[in-house]
Amino acid sequence: MANTTGWKPSMEQGAGGAGGEARPGTGGAVRGLAYEEKLIFEHAGGGRTGVSLPAPTGAWDPAKDLPAGLLRGEVEGLPSLAELDVVRHFTRLSVWNHGIDTGFYPLGSCTMKYNPKSSEALARLPGFAAAHPLLPAEMCQGSLELMYRLERALSEISGFAGTTIAPAAGAHGELCGVMMIRAYHVARGNARKKVLIPDTAHGTNPASAAFNGYKIVEVKSGPDGRLHPDAVRAAMDEDVAAIMITNPNTLGVFESDIGAIAEVVHAKGGLVYGDGANLNALLGVARPGDMGFDVMQFNLHKTFATPHGGGGPGSGPVAVKEALLPFLPLPVVVREGSAYRLITDPRERPRTVGRLREFHGNFGMMVRAWALIRELGPEGLRRSAELAVLNANYVRARLQDAYHLPYATDSLHEVVFTDKLQKAAGVSTMDVAKALIDEGFHPPTVYFPLVVAGALMIEPTETESKETLDAFVEGMRAIAARAAADPDALHAAPVKPVRARLDETRAARKPILRWTPGMTLE
Amino acid sequence: MRYHPHTPDDVRRMLDAVGAPDVETLFRSIPAPLRLRRPLDVPPAIDEIGLFAELGRLAAANRVEHPPFLGAGAYPHHVPPAVDQLLLRGEFFTAYTPYQPEVSQGTLQALFEWQTFVTLLTGLEVANASMYDGATAMAEAALMATRLTDRRKIVVSAAVHPDYRAVLATYLASTGDEIVTVPWGADGRTDLAALERAVDGATAAVIVGYPNFFGVVDALPEAAALARKAGAVAVSVTSEAVAFGLLEAPGKLGADVAVGTMQSFGAGLAFGGPAAGFLALRQEQVRQMPGRVCGATVDKQGRRGFVLTLSTREQHIRRERATSNICTNAGLMALAATIHLSLLGRRGLAQLARVNFERARMLRDAMGRAGFAPTFSGPAFNELAFEVGDAAAVVARLAKKGIAAGAPLSRWFPEPRFRGSLLCAATELHSPELIELFARSVRG
Repeated sequence: MANTTGWKPSMEQGAGGAGGEARPGTGGAVRGLAYEEKLIFEHAGGGRTGVSLPAPTGAWDPAKDLPAGLLRGEVEGLPSLAELDVVRHFTRLSVWNHGIDTGFYPLGSCTMKYNPKSSEALARLPGFAAAHPLLPAEMCQGSLELMYRLERALSEISGFAGTTIAPAAGAHGELCGVMMIRAYHVARGNARKKVLIPDTAHGTNPASAAFNGYKIVEVKSGPDGRLHPDAVRAAMDEDVAAIMITNPNTLGVFESDIGAIAEVVHAKGGLVYGDGANLNALLGVARPGDMGFDVMQFNLHKTFATPHGGGGPGSGPVAVKEALLPFLPLPVVVREGSAYRLITDPRERPRTVGRLREFHGNFGMMVRAWALIRELGPEGLRRSAELAVLNANYVRARLQDAYHLPYATDSLHEVVFTDKLQKAAGVSTMDVAKALIDEGFHPPTVYFPLVVAGALMIEPTETESKETLDAFVEGMRAIAARAAADPDALHAAPVKPVRARLDETRAARKPILRWTPGMTLE
Repeated sequence: MRYHPHTPDDVRRMLDAVGAPDVETLFRSIPAPLRLRRPLDVPPAIDEIGLFAELGRLAAANRVEHPPFLGAGAYPHHVPPAVDQLLLRGEFFTAYTPYQPEVSQGTLQALFEWQTFVTLLTGLEVANASMYDGATAMAEAALMATRLTDRRKIVVSAAVHPDYRAVLATYLASTGDEIVTVPWGADGRTDLAALERAVDGATAAVIVGYPNFFGVVDALPEAAALARKAGAVAVSVTSEAVAFGLLEAPGKLGADVAVGTMQSFGAGLAFGGPAAGFLALRQEQVRQMPGRVCGATVDKQGRRGFVLTLSTREQHIRRERATSNICTNAGLMALAATIHLSLLGRRGLAQLARVNFERARMLRDAMGRAGFAPTFSGPAFNELAFEVGDAAAVVARLAKKGIAAGAPLSRWFPEPRFRGSLLCAATELHSPELIELFARSVRG
């Protein structure tokens, strides 16, 4: 392992050379002052602490009050560091990351739009941040009103009768949605056995349906990247509980036969589930509830700009049509006169699917999402969709001669290219992705959707300027040019981050999942 | 609009490049009957000053002037400002799941550190990269136990948080697995005789709280031994992770799996979320583990680095045969807990736990002087139930003074005998003076 002493700055040689100026067509990555940083457990310490706390009085002896075998002393292995040591450690780790705040982050289907600083400040208002979830209703009217208003707004934006804001993430919302679908069928005497899922779907869709005991039947999309009513009709029977459709789908293509597909499914008593991962394309333009969907989950951490936080927390509200309202999970926030209250007792909602998580949902995410909806208003929401779609189409127009476009069908908020043109020179999607890192961009989503070999799925979002898109396009075009001229250079990428390509096979074969004293990778 | 950088000139030039006459044309793939032909019926746009005024008004409508005497799954604790200031580094909070490890080493190394902290606190060998919360972590642990044992019966103590048990029931509603609930005794601990009767060769998991919902340090070693004898997975559940600074690690007491929430470290209350759920287990169970996990490896130049690994268990590879459907989890909250635990360190964690233990004794003694006895005789960490006559009435009366008095057990247990029981937590935020004032206020 290099540089085990840590603390040593490494100067990266940048694309702009010694002058340090970014050449046109890059994300601005030039050179950086980066530090090797040990694990927090590897820092020498001993006797230090980074907190200021009241001293114990010693008036009560745990050994007299608690069973002897259940007491422990100080936890072996924990660090002993002063506050500055800890602050420096995590500050150094932070600069090894690329975030939206660092640069362009066109990760398809993840909707990496700017996360407003206002939202962060508002979520931290003491009235919100210090509120216990079990406060008596009269002490938390502010939180309850916000939840109620957000619930109403999400129902309006999506075109449904009601929404639960409890689910903790998109996949949790899917789980919740399929549970409600199952409860609906059970209430009609038959849970049914199968769920139809198009081949372009996220992996969470089949996993969420299987979690509820359903058998998955895959439906193939057509040569235009869309799902066709005939394919659905062929798979549809009275054992099918639902079809799960992402619209626009993961190719960025609108399922324009959604109305006919919904008719096919409804005719046999099935329901239509909408994965709202790509709702950003539709804000104020069209509503899933008006297209035949019966249930849909939102991802507040995509469409409504709550931060992804390096892997959560998310928030995955689920909207439903009238017929499914009785099955909504607990709690449900209601308004009674001018006061708000949570229904938590199943005796008030006897047909509920039950409780999905502790407390009421990721409230901190609700504050952020509501703040964005308030600042944008109806015109701003619609403008978000329009500019997101404009940005994706602009990237598509400017790259379609340099990268293979597998589907000529219209794109909405994202566009999928492949590595077909680069393959001849032995350059893969992974090489393109890693080369983009050296240009200062986060790579697009790669090798997804699975129906496209070597997919590069690009979602710019509406918060990126034309200049940023132009730089990205130039970067992508430069990589395409280098793929023909110097493929080996691309295999070596990335060279600028603190680490080169990592050995993922080794990580899986010999899993090392925690620090232990004296750990080595030998 | 400050989040939309496009000038009219940009839009025109971009449309020219696309070859579209207007933005409307870009949406032509959406059939006309499906289009929304009116503005959304949401409130009109507001500027930042108005936004802060409006949300400030809502925040101010919550009463938070005193630390609540409420636990029941979420605990009021002091979070050093260093935690939040580091969390606000945009490189952390505006990053996605670390799919591209070379530009995500900060997130990944911090996750590796989180996993290490969880294993150190729980005394187990492996922890995943976080769960949504404690309740879903427990439900996923039960499902994992059914896969590990190929058995269908989950035995759970009634002294486990009732909301966690409700989530378990929700998750298992369609699986056909059976849930058997075992009562508690007068000391508030799981009734071991009843537990012994319930656990048999069909039992996949035995689940007890540690401390349990009533704040009582439950009989984890005995419960784990019963599980082991029957070949079942022993699961311990912890909502108040500060207890790990005073109480022996569940893994050392026989638990095979430890789950719960690290809300007490770095998350704050936030009206119940987000916080990071945790799930820790033994090495031999790792292939059935739900969720993401980070592992150490090397890069092309032989330098240590970190990646997400063992992903063949997960939904994006295995789809309907995945160990769970979980994808996004609670990464930033795991980072918050990691920073807070790093600041606390060995000495700070022990001190924090000791102060919490003492404040609960102060509360017990003050309530005793005010005439209120504990509901349960079993040993407590930082939370106790008291008999206060009419608990809901006490809560309503103190709410008028801006004091959150605790959780009436009748919220979860409608039987008349719980009418008087009030579950109260005391932490380092509850000064001795506030505790005295509280006990006197409960008396009225």
